[in-house]
Amino acid sequence: MTRTNGANGGGDGQQQASAAGKLPRKRFYRARAHSNPLSDSHFPVPVSPDEVDLSQHYPRYFPADKGGEGEEPPPRIRFADVGCGFGGLLVGLSPLFPDTLMIGMELRDKVTEYVKERILALRASNPGHYDNISVVRTNSMKYIPNYFRKAQITKMFFLFPDPHFKEKNHRRRVISMQLLDEYAYVMEVGGIIYTITDVEELGEWMRSCLEKHPLFEAILEEEINADPVVKLLSTATEESQKVARNGGQTFHAIFRRISLQEE
Amino acid sequence: MEDTAIEEAEVSGPAEFAPALIATHPQGNSVAVAIGPELRVFDLKAGSPVLSSDDCGDRSHSDAIRAICFSVSGAFFASAGDDKLVKVWKTDSWCCIRTITSEKRVSAVAISNDGLYVTFADKFGVVWLVTLGEDGADQVSVDKKPVSILGHYCSIITGMKFSPDGRFIATADRDFKIRVTLFPKNPLKGAHEIQSFCLGHTDFVSCIAFTSTSENQSFLISGGGDSTVRLWDYVNGCLLDTCQVRDKMGEFLEPNETDDSSLSITDICPSNDGSLVAVAIQSFNGVMLLACDIVGKKLSFLKVITMEKSYIPTSLSSSFSSELLWTVMGASNMPNQASSQLLTRLRIIPCFQKDLLSSENGPVILEDSELPHGEKLLLALQGSLDIAKQEEVLASVLAALKVSMHKMLVKKHYSEERREQRKRGRNDKKIKN
Repeated sequence: MTRTNGANGGGDGQQQASAAGKLPRKRFYRARAHSNPLSDSHFPVPVSPDEVDLSQHYPRYFPADKGGEGEEPPPRIRFADVGCGFGGLLVGLSPLFPDTLMIGMELRDKVTEYVKERILALRASNPGHYDNISVVRTNSMKYIPNYFRKAQITKMFFLFPDPHFKEKNHRRRVISMQLLDEYAYVMEVGGIIYTITDVEELGEWMRSCLEKHPLFEAILEEEINADPVVKLLSTATEESQKVARNGGQTFHAIFRRISLQEE
Repeated sequence: MEDTAIEEAEVSGPAEFAPALIATHPQGNSVAVAIGPELRVFDLKAGSPVLSSDDCGDRSHSDAIRAICFSVSGAFFASAGDDKLVKVWKTDSWCCIRTITSEKRVSAVAISNDGLYVTFADKFGVVWLVTLGEDGADQVSVDKKPVSILGHYCSIITGMKFSPDGRFIATADRDFKIRVTLFPKNPLKGAHEIQSFCLGHTDFVSCIAFTSTSENQSFLISGGGDSTVRLWDYVNGCLLDTCQVRDKMGEFLEPNETDDSSLSITDICPSNDGSLVAVAIQSFNGVMLLACDIVGKKLSFLKVITMEKSYIPTSLSSSFSSELLWTVMGASNMPNQASSQLLTRLRIIPCFQKDLLSSENGPVILEDSELPHGEKLLLALQGSLDIAKQEEVLASVLAALKVSMHKMLVKKHYSEERREQRKRGRNDKKIKN
């Protein structure tokens, strides 16, 4: 399901609607629940973080007529929601951190289109809000370093990722020892990685990967409970609401990026 | 249209095509050429071919060797390839002291600067590490198992090198990336801290090399399928300079050979003092020399050394002790190629040093008779003395080289229709084991 253009999903009518502030309807953005992260990608990927055009994503933060010299450096993306799905977390986080740029990363193009329209609609109907969130279609298991510089990210989210039960497919899991190296690279020391799932086996897997990884340490329970973001993990996203509706259990692993201790 | 072309190429199997490789001992004691499953070693000190022996009774290479390297000290040599074997040799006796079986085909191999570890990369993009230890026999068997230390997510690793100070391990892949990772004191637990990514290539990266200067500064140089050679500050992941090969190649090539796909960089080799970089290019019968200005952080075109029309080098090497640039041409695993035809051609460029090159006469290519140990060397490494007589073989190697180097590594692009068709035709779902 790697169509290069998403036009057959929403269509132009939808785009006009979202410009007028009407939220897009999910029924026009049907997509499969899973996408193979191993397959070769056929969408454009920036060669390096320097080529990421933030003005397209956050026009209010990057006005076209920036004549300012000696101004403070342009803001950078600080939060990344990997596999953002329909964007519930971004929409929930946006008012909590109004001055922080956040991006959702999603592999399925129709879903990405939906989130794009959803954000545009929210911006149109709530002027001055939701300008700090955006979405990009990409394979974050392959291209994280193409989007972010070293130590750029302060919070990274992995909410309800694809469980990939079969052992043969474990290497498709979005949390693994190898991929944590790359996540640690783009995260600043002190940054927090949030993972949550309703699949116990996957929850254990993600926790054990993070525990084994020398660049992450578990965060104390009190601190987790005091973190306003944590509540959103199990309430904000479409997937979490589904789990709650069905009375399912969730398993989270929340860890901090630390610097390496050489013994 | 394009798809059919690719399809045909798939049938004839350019992905299987394996170029000949060359490596020289850092002190100039010996030189090794790999072609197909054959490893040919010549002892330059004794002036005789080496009969390498598989002491440990393990299997010898049975498929194309894809990577060879000497350790920095010259004490060890490693070879690995499509037969999923990694073999480590002691260079004083040329005994194989260790044979490691990989789960997947091996695309790159390196020995850590202290000679304690061997790392190799498999087709899944995972880098594995094994402890060499002082005496292979004393090691506990647990230590012998390779451990994975890092991974490029499902991208073939095309080059792997340790930095001159041994602090970093650099890995280049087919997805345009070069990753520079801190090599920890205890690498058995994995190399998790990434120092930088060197991003800038717009196609696969085919080769990487470190240069070091007398001031203990060191830089990374890379070549790729985008027909560029790039100079990097690898500690900070900064691109310092890019040399576009196409601009300089126009007059030396046929008009139909000047697109990126025929100008892929095949190999690079810096000179000992770091001031020069030799570049082998897919369609070019010769070597391009670039001047590497470490102070000005510039990489500039110096000159090309043209060789005979039928000679396109596939691999370059120079040793620390002499100013010779060794080049080899050859290919194996080509369609209709008999194993008896595993011929290579060897060429040496002397005075591979900047001040020597700038002399009036310019560089010359050594005649066969001028080579160290002359005919003996050629017979051992080329597989035949009078290779010019094997014109037919040479011509087919040449034709394959001109197209296959790029196809071997480039990411294939299919039209949407073709992709759907291929999905339906995929066989991994049908086969039940």
